Amino acid sequence: MVLQAIAFYLLALTTVGAALAVITARNPVHSVLFLITTFFSAAGLFVLLGAEFLAMLLVVVYVGAVAVLFLFVVMMLDVDFAQFRVGVARYLPFGGVVAAILLAEMVMVSAAVADKGAAAGHTVMAAAPDVTNAETIGRVLYTDYIYLFQAAGLVLLIAMIGAIVLTLHHRPNVRRQSVSRQVARTRVTGMAVVQIKSGEGVPE
Amino acid sequence: MTSIGLTHYLAVAAILFTIGVFGIFVNRKNVIVILMSIEMILLAVNINLVAFSAYLHDVTGQIYAMFVLTVAAAEAAVGLAILVTFFRNRGDIAVDDASMMKG
Repeated sequence: MVLQAIAFYLLALTTVGAALAVITARNPVHSVLFLITTFFSAAGLFVLLGAEFLAMLLVVVYVGAVAVLFLFVVMMLDVDFAQFRVGVARYLPFGGVVAAILLAEMVMVSAAVADKGAAAGHTVMAAAPDVTNAETIGRVLYTDYIYLFQAAGLVLLIAMIGAIVLTLHHRPNVRRQSVSRQVARTRVTGMAVVQIKSGEGVPE
Repeated sequence: MTSIGLTHYLAVAAILFTIGVFGIFVNRKNVIVILMSIEMILLAVNINLVAFSAYLHDVTGQIYAMFVLTVAAAEAAVGLAILVTFFRNRGDIAVDDASMMKG
């Protein structure tokens, strides 16, 4: 129990600390790296909750795809990021007040729900000894939620098409090979026999 | 405090959500930090869903968290594609002055 508490507090502190560093770092590459730290700590929290499949999904999808995408874009854009620090001091006090009120509200509601709501008094679900988390999810996902599953696949397909449509940029003066044209070349179009006198070149 | 209850996980999610909202509030010009703050907000929602799923002994929360994850990834991809196109057309990513569509 104590080990679980230590692990929870460590992971929770890392998550919150890294999240704060994301929004306050000067260098955008550091921001993305702190975001990766946040995701990893959250994955650790998921493992503590017994949702290890979702934790690995978080690492593979969020860290492995989304954060890497962020890193690519940050490194590709050649922007002077110092100009973005200008407006921070202006919005900081009001933003701080709004954030504090929001946080107080959410923590109070969380405490109320946890003590008196449907989950009152429960402990973390003990994993069944022979059923893995992946199997538990699989049993429900492919039967009850099959339509949502297919719709999620469609969402990803549309997002992929959208991203390609937005960013594909045909350069006009790049020479490419047309394989079909190369393969369709016949003896007549590919070669010609020319009689040359010695010392002369081939006329164009 | 050594027994971790549901409140602890919900509090972590609440703090993460607040930091995400605060990040959008403060970093108005920097689109990349805005996108990252949105990802943190979605992560906070995921922690909430999974915590409730664990304490209510129902796997539905994890299914929903998976769909939120999917949509967040798709939205990050499209958002970054828009950002790249925006940068290509303007040479800068200050969205404060992006008022060309105002008419």
